[in-house]
Amino acid sequence: MTTITEAAIEADPIVPIIRITRDFAATPEQVFRAHTDPALFTQWVGPNGMVTTIDHWDARSGGSWRYTAQHGDGSDGMQFAFRGCFHEVRTDRIVQTFTWEGQPDRVALETLSLEDLGDGRTRLHVQSLCDSFEDRDAWLRSGMEVGVNDGYAKLDELLARGRI
Amino acid sequence: MTDQLSKVFSALADPTRRDMVARLAVGDATVGELAAPYNVSLQAVSKHLKVLEQAGLVTRGREAQRRPVHLEAEVFDLMTKWIERYRRQAEERYQRLDAVLAAMNQSDTTTENPRSTAQEETAS
Repeated sequence: MTTITEAAIEADPIVPIIRITRDFAATPEQVFRAHTDPALFTQWVGPNGMVTTIDHWDARSGGSWRYTAQHGDGSDGMQFAFRGCFHEVRTDRIVQTFTWEGQPDRVALETLSLEDLGDGRTRLHVQSLCDSFEDRDAWLRSGMEVGVNDGYAKLDELLARGRI
Repeated sequence: MTDQLSKVFSALADPTRRDMVARLAVGDATVGELAAPYNVSLQAVSKHLKVLEQAGLVTRGREAQRRPVHLEAEVFDLMTKWIERYRRQAEERYQRLDAVLAAMNQSDTTTENPRSTAQEETAS
């Protein structure tokens, strides 16, 4: 089986879905724990350079969650709150709603499945179903904005160091 | 720029227009040629074309009669870049997850280790 070491993405042309697939050198149980244990989750969820604080977290079927992501100490006012419900939490599958509180009417449905590849390897499939193409569009664009900012920050750094 | 990309996405939200775009990726075509596979009027096809044109996805040739429709490939490239940035952001996130999982692997091993060390000591 081929290894998907880098995240693979697919934007479905028929339905407003984004699919991401990625392999991990860990058991499904560990990947599951990294998604449901808040202390582990906040260590990686990002985005880059953002600090995530959990306000509420009940990773059970029928439970809910809310977290805030902010830049550094939050003094620049860059703060984003996200929330949703855990529709189903199973060791091989997590189904949840996801919304950014800045756009509360745009609720996405996320389905995560954990495929056991054996030998302590796991393939993660993430499907995000947005409520319209415009909404998916906005998510992809937000990725671009952050990506562009990160890119510029790195460029600034290189310029400052006289590498370019 | 952002406006244009939003227009591109909403233009492509329609299955007939996506089909027309797929057809145009092969080569330029006239309105009549584009209408042929569908059970719709030339007028309906012209309406779809207008949406694609406004999104900057297609342009119309100047030849008076034929006015062939041409797909603007650069607009697609922009969209591809957009998706690629989103993908890279996800990849960054998952590289952080790799590190978290590696640390979990280690602590899982260390919690198992004292037991096995103890067993070895008992054995020797």
